[in-house]
Amino acid sequence: MQISIENLSHAYGSVEVLSDINLTFEPGEIAVIIGPSGCGKSTLLRLMGGLEEPNQGASYLAGDVPDGCLNPLTYIFQDFALLPWRSVAGNISLVLEDHNLSKSQSEAIIADVLDRTNLSEFHDALPRQLSGGMKQRVAIARALAVRPAFLLMDEPLSALDSQTRELLMDDLVDLWARERFSACYVTHNLSEAVRLGHKVIVLSRRPGKVRGVVDIRMPLEERRERAAELEDVQQKLWQMMREEALAADRELANV
Amino acid sequence: MSDLLEPAETAQVKRQKVPFRGGGFKPRPIRFVAPLVFLALILFWELGSQTGVISNLVLPAPSEAYRAFVELFQSGLLWKHVSTSLYRLVFGWSIGTALGIMVGLLIGLFSLARASLLPLTSAFFPIPKIALLPLFIIWFGIGEGSKVATILFGTFFPTVIATYGGVDNVERGLIRMGQSFGMSWLSIVRKIILPGALPAILSGARISASIAIILLVAAEMIGAEYGIGAYVLMAGSLFATDQLIVGVAMLSVLGLCVSWLIGRAEKALLNWRG
Repeated sequence: MQISIENLSHAYGSVEVLSDINLTFEPGEIAVIIGPSGCGKSTLLRLMGGLEEPNQGASYLAGDVPDGCLNPLTYIFQDFALLPWRSVAGNISLVLEDHNLSKSQSEAIIADVLDRTNLSEFHDALPRQLSGGMKQRVAIARALAVRPAFLLMDEPLSALDSQTRELLMDDLVDLWARERFSACYVTHNLSEAVRLGHKVIVLSRRPGKVRGVVDIRMPLEERRERAAELEDVQQKLWQMMREEALAADRELANV
Repeated sequence: MSDLLEPAETAQVKRQKVPFRGGGFKPRPIRFVAPLVFLALILFWELGSQTGVISNLVLPAPSEAYRAFVELFQSGLLWKHVSTSLYRLVFGWSIGTALGIMVGLLIGLFSLARASLLPLTSAFFPIPKIALLPLFIIWFGIGEGSKVATILFGTFFPTVIATYGGVDNVERGLIRMGQSFGMSWLSIVRKIILPGALPAILSGARISASIAIILLVAAEMIGAEYGIGAYVLMAGSLFATDQLIVGVAMLSVLGLCVSWLIGRAEKALLNWRG
């Protein structure tokens, strides 16, 4: 399945957030959207997945939904969004309960996704007992449970400390190597962008426009070892963002 | 020589441990203190009465109150009073709370309900329900109806306010998560909003239960033959201060029981908070 965004503009009141965005997201690859804070990248992600309605333009899905897909566009949130009163298994079962699955079917799905994310031993744990990294792994397991066609990841690692972030990046790379999932990944962190992105879309400061798209051809699995070669790409991305970030930093808040 | 001595001198510079200045401001639970305080107070009171420091006219001794309690028990009326009061309390409180949660949810979920019912709630909440007692008697009769209605109205409004406040405070991120997974509206309300509002609803229940006990006495002021409130008022009008103390102590024990029960409910339902 492919997502295409066509002539999309959005404003909150008189503040224009996004202006004339045209993008396509191909299946089987991770597209990273980066930009300075307040450039509307999270808004773009919410508009893509139908959590908000754009003022102008639209985003379209092309192609068939894969077999067994319960929720084609599935989010992973920065703050994990786990229900604190449900166990790990309960949080995953939550998103299956509206789909008329039999008890054994949903139990099988839960066991499967927990296994794929190495969380089986945390089946009955409550979110408060888990570290931030574990919580985000549970959220990833929950997203996998509905067999999404596209994962929409809204700064999924930004609430974590840098060591945990490294570990989770490795996990995501492993997961992608096994499952070839499609994702749109929003972040402000350049090292995440060059580690995980097949292509990196740079947004400009408000109103957000597409400033450039950088393809990174190096296979994801090799990127940790060949970090030095990625340094150039990262520098290039930083040059594209630097002025914008500087200006964004000096801007007076008016929203 | 002098430059050789200098390091030795600097080594002898006065050294002191960094004084500790953190800690405190963190009360911790100490067991057995509460019952001991009660016991000490009653002992002091009894001693004062025995020695005549506290005049019997001013305050009857605890032992006298105890005798009055035994009398009440032996007359067989104790259970009659307690059960009548409990019936009114449970009946009025549970219906008032159930209706309150329903209306609170409506206000929390629907803009129209909020626009229409919230001002009404704010207007009716501060009215002392005791002032409306004559109206309740006209509307619901002098019997059980008016008494239950007083408690019902008294508990309804605080529950409404606690419930809609709880719904408002459910994390928006969790609701958006539910929507992003395509959960139905009803599922979101049942599985995200209601459990999320439960802590607020339970602390509302704590307040409304105390209000219910206060209103119980008021409701039993008129035309009640039995009930702890009726017993207290009867004792008061006869200046039987020993019986008065017994009645008041029973109300206080009732309040302790209710708060213990709600504490248990909180433990059972909110164990996820840790």
